Amino acid sequence: MAYKFDFGAIVPHWQLLFDGVILTTELTVIGAVVGVGLGIMGAWARASRAPVISQIVGVYVELIRNTPFLVQLFFIFFGLPALGVKLTEFQAAVLAMIVNLGAYSTEIIRAGILAIPQGQIEAAQSLAMNRVQIFRYVVILPALKKIWPALSSQIVIVMLGSSVCSQIAAEELTFGANYIQALNFRAFEVYFVVTGLYLVMSILLRMGLKVLGNFLFERRRHV
Amino acid sequence: MSLVELHAIHKSFGELEVLKGIDLSIDEGQVIALIGKSGSGKSTLLRTINGLEVIDDGVIIVDGKKISDRDADLLGLRLQVGMVFQQFNLFPHYTALENVMLSPQVVKKQSKAEAKQIAEEMLAKVGLADKMMHYPDQLSGGQQQRVAIARALAMKPKVLLCDEVTSALDPELVNEVLAVVRQLAEEGMTLVMVTHEMRFAREVCDKLVFMHQGRIHETGDPEEVFSNPKTPELSSFVGGLA
Ligand SMILES: Nc1ncnc2c1ncn2[C@@H]1O[C@H](COP(=O)(O)OP(=O)(O)OP(=O)(O)O)[C@@H](O)[C@H]1O
Ligand SMILES: [Mg+2]
Repeated sequence: MAYKFDFGAIVPHWQLLFDGVILTTELTVIGAVVGVGLGIMGAWARASRAPVISQIVGVYVELIRNTPFLVQLFFIFFGLPALGVKLTEFQAAVLAMIVNLGAYSTEIIRAGILAIPQGQIEAAQSLAMNRVQIFRYVVILPALKKIWPALSSQIVIVMLGSSVCSQIAAEELTFGANYIQALNFRAFEVYFVVTGLYLVMSILLRMGLKVLGNFLFERRRHV
Repeated sequence: MSLVELHAIHKSFGELEVLKGIDLSIDEGQVIALIGKSGSGKSTLLRTINGLEVIDDGVIIVDGKKISDRDADLLGLRLQVGMVFQQFNLFPHYTALENVMLSPQVVKKQSKAEAKQIAEEMLAKVGLADKMMHYPDQLSGGQQQRVAIARALAMKPKVLLCDEVTSALDPELVNEVLAVVRQLAEEGMTLVMVTHEMRFAREVCDKLVFMHQGRIHETGDPEEVFSNPKTPELSSFVGGLA
């Protein structure tokens, strides 16, 4: 075989990969927290019977779900400056992830809300709770519990999707890999290692989300 | 003036007119049984009294106040009118105690200690002092329904609406719930209950309302109405049960 593997060629550049892992993690954590927050509000708007807001959110969801993430990212980074909105690579990447996850999680969380038995909502209404109180105390936690596995998967997808942010030179993990292999021409070794790093990060993220779910939905007495 | 007054209530679902002009007054301390065939509009009528169904026409007056369908009015109305459902509808992520405490805390802004004290009192009243820390799925149907009653009572409503509160229960659990309702009636609680428990209605209720095809077809003292039905519909309804 002509090709001689040389994983040692990556070692001098480990700092780049390390920085990439850190940045990917930052993007994912911020994107997930704010994106799911956006999804909760979007789902509430969709599930409520406020027609105008519900339709606006519906358009947002369909727009995002039917266009590529890369185009959304380019639009934010290269397109928005035309409107005077100039973002750094990191800001653009984070915003794209928030907007993307916000749309997908809106639909996922909405399904969870719709699965809450109508009778529980009527019981809350007959206890004189208002809409906000019903959503906060009766609906949202059981709804999230029902769709937590689906939501977790979507967060992992968004984390992996963040590799695309290398295209605007956001210095996340894939950017680091591209950079290293351009220096040392060790494409196989570099991408092999990076694949492994993504795999480990996915597994850790899934585990983390599982632990978070257990914490959130654990039977915890409040009194 | 009666505690609750319904005048000429009309309600349709699409083409289907379910309530065709209902007049009913409920006095303080009165215990009313609503009976009638399936689909006659009993649940719909009950649900109009606390605004779960919005009426198309007519007037509802509770405690001297005319009810509109504005949100603020509805919340005020529901502070006066509690409801217990066939399917219990406990909140699955809260313990029995938390289920009962929730609304006093978040709606009435009672302190945790205050809400807890009332909740414990209400749960003890329905015989569940030893189940307060249980979650709904750890309770039998009869126990869940009693928690639901305690939860409604903790808001100190002036009227309690009960929609077939024993219909989802296994026969051996019916009596523990009826006993609680009977006790409430004896304590002077104003009750409106849809029920198929005719013997219970006869023993406990002050007034019987027989609904037929969206109208109050016959009404009166239970003893009298049962033993001496004036309309063929009621006599066939009563006969069909015996
Ligand atoms: N939300 C709704 N939408 C459409 N139709 C409805 C709705 N709720 C009730 N109905 C219809 O209205 C009629 C009366 O229903 P209602 O539930 O008041 O009857 P009921 O007397 O309580 O019957 P049951 O003894 O079976 O509980 C029925 O024909 C029912 O199908
Ligand atoms: Mg009914």
